[in-house]
Amino acid sequence: MTETRIDRRFAKLKAEDRAGLVTFVSAGDPDPETSKRILAGLPAAGADIIELGMPFSDPMADGPAIQASSLRALKAGQRMTKTLGMVAEFRKSDNETPIVLMGYYNPIYVYGNERFLADAVKAGVDGLIVVDVPPEADEELCLPALAVGLNFIRLATPTTDAKRLPKVLANTSGFVYYVSITGITGAAAPDVAKVHGEVKRIKAATTLPVAVGFGVKTGEQAQSIAKGADAVVVGSALVSAIEKSLGENGAATGETVPAVLDLVKGLAAALRSR
Amino acid sequence: MTTTSTADAKLNSYRSGPDERGHFGLFGGRFVAETLMPLILDLEQAYKDAKADPAFHAELEYLNTFYAGRPSPLYFAERLTEHFRAESKTGGGAKVYFKRDELNHTGSHKINNCLGQILLARRMGKTRIIAETGAGQHGVAVATVCARFGLPCEIYMGATDVKRQSPNVARMYMLGAKVNPVTSGAGTLKDAMNEALRDWVTNVENTYYIIGTAAGPHPYPELVRDFQSIIGKEVREQMMAAEGRLPDTLVACIGGGSNAIGLFHPFLDDEKVKIFGVEAGGHGLEVPNGHAASMNGGSPGVLHGNRTYLLQDDDGQILEGHSISAGLDYPGVGPEHSWLKDTGRVKYVSVTDKEALEAFQLCARQEGIIPALEPAHALAHVMKLAPTLPQNDILVMNMCGRGDKDVFAVAGYLGIAI
Ligand SMILES: Cc1ncc(COP(=O)(O)O)c(C=O)c1O
Repeated sequence: MTETRIDRRFAKLKAEDRAGLVTFVSAGDPDPETSKRILAGLPAAGADIIELGMPFSDPMADGPAIQASSLRALKAGQRMTKTLGMVAEFRKSDNETPIVLMGYYNPIYVYGNERFLADAVKAGVDGLIVVDVPPEADEELCLPALAVGLNFIRLATPTTDAKRLPKVLANTSGFVYYVSITGITGAAAPDVAKVHGEVKRIKAATTLPVAVGFGVKTGEQAQSIAKGADAVVVGSALVSAIEKSLGENGAATGETVPAVLDLVKGLAAALRSR
Repeated sequence: MTTTSTADAKLNSYRSGPDERGHFGLFGGRFVAETLMPLILDLEQAYKDAKADPAFHAELEYLNTFYAGRPSPLYFAERLTEHFRAESKTGGGAKVYFKRDELNHTGSHKINNCLGQILLARRMGKTRIIAETGAGQHGVAVATVCARFGLPCEIYMGATDVKRQSPNVARMYMLGAKVNPVTSGAGTLKDAMNEALRDWVTNVENTYYIIGTAAGPHPYPELVRDFQSIIGKEVREQMMAAEGRLPDTLVACIGGGSNAIGLFHPFLDDEKVKIFGVEAGGHGLEVPNGHAASMNGGSPGVLHGNRTYLLQDDDGQILEGHSISAGLDYPGVGPEHSWLKDTGRVKYVSVTDKEALEAFQLCARQEGIIPALEPAHALAHVMKLAPTLPQNDILVMNMCGRGDKDVFAVAGYLGIAI
């Protein structure tokens, strides 16, 4: 497989000797226009890699914050075509920052796997995280994605034991996303010492970079989780910041874009100051 | 996309599925988050081991007999049969039997599955049970087996369903279960299932999830079907005793499809047996998002761990659907039914809320049996079908639940002040 933006970004992070910041927001949250402005502002605010959520009506592995974010986006008319359109527009002014689309399988399946992969490549997407397609179903989406040059990033979890880990890593590319807790997004903070041990375990089994996510909310947490890892993922905290910034009618306010970007700046600063 | 066997492939048997990866043709599979994957692989192994263990079967049979009250009777519905014959314009009118699974302990077929799964949970050493419920019949059956085996349980139930099935909520409390109302979405079965899955991901180490229908990730559709197949196996024996031959026609309602597959599966290879599954037509199939007929009004997609027919929009977002019956108000269906639909072995039809309410009343007055609103859907189709069949056609309908839970809601719909 040829080098992707994700590979280049991790090489750069390594050269700078720091852990990267991976940010998650849902495409179209709280509305298409505001969401575009958030996306456009993320790199300058310090996001090294962008995870862009493809909203789904039934996000089974997500907690209340990302559920609400997904539903806000859908209510504001988000669709897969618009999500891909957002990426294409972003790429006009940024050809470096990797974008990983993250979500559930059904909206992809209904769009049509082949058509989706082709359109994602065309839009400038770099990788995919599809929560509910395990390695047992690699021929469905993972292998076709790799074939068109997209990274397919898998989640490894505390329940991914030594016996199973090779299976999870087999077709993973770009990076490995270590889920720091058994639970849904936005849940309780992970036990840092335990996570360090787990990241070591994963790194011993792969040469890929490892990003750690689930439950990271503050700069301090990000900083301590980052030790030994290659990147830290923050999602629920960002979409919660969107939620808190909304007006009484649920619409975006002047606070919305800065609320997210300021939080990202703080997290990025914490990760650079270790 | 994998299509290991397609609808037009010539099949030796309709009873050999799923394949080793849980597929029924295009449908089924294991579409779950990584956190759950090791557990469902464990479950698959535990179920394989249990199936090969005579002690497991002996214990289940004992519980079925002395705790649940099996076998349930196969009952000749004589007055309804007369009624259909009087209605028939062709001098026909099938001979109608009910499989009386509403007489089981806890009042529905759901106990068949719960007894099987609680034994599996114990074999796996799990110490906490969770479940989703729509009508509350599955929740009651889960709470019952948890009480019987001394395990704590939490039941997720949509807030809308908590209201319309309140008698069952009270029963779950009495049985010691914790009921968690779910307010996301329309507050119905789909949302309860999402929430149960979130609990499971969080408590995967000690928790067993008793799914209430023949859906979800492999091996659930298979094991729920196997535990429910006692319905069809008994019907075969009982019909041989009553009529000296197999029935001609089978009818059952379809929510997720567990009572239906339980009746149908032992007959799938008896080609002469006509099989009908009845979906919830709600306000009518022509009303957008106004029904819960995922096969007649939906398209294939992936939800809750399996690929199957779903109610969804063209962007792959799941619709809430609607049915008067909380137990049928689900935007998906078990994957084996999706496959049986595409192969053409089973014919899936739908009836409306209104037709189900009429059947509910007819059954109460003609047979002295108050059916649950779910099998009232099956009966509504029997009302259309039986008069068109010849008098020597033997029809079996699965009376899979009693209507005690529905009497307040139905009284409300009919404007009866209690
Ligand atoms: C009496 C009864 N019948 C049918 C159903 C629908 O489920 P299934 O299609 O799995 O039998 C329910 C579900 O709650 C029920 O309570």
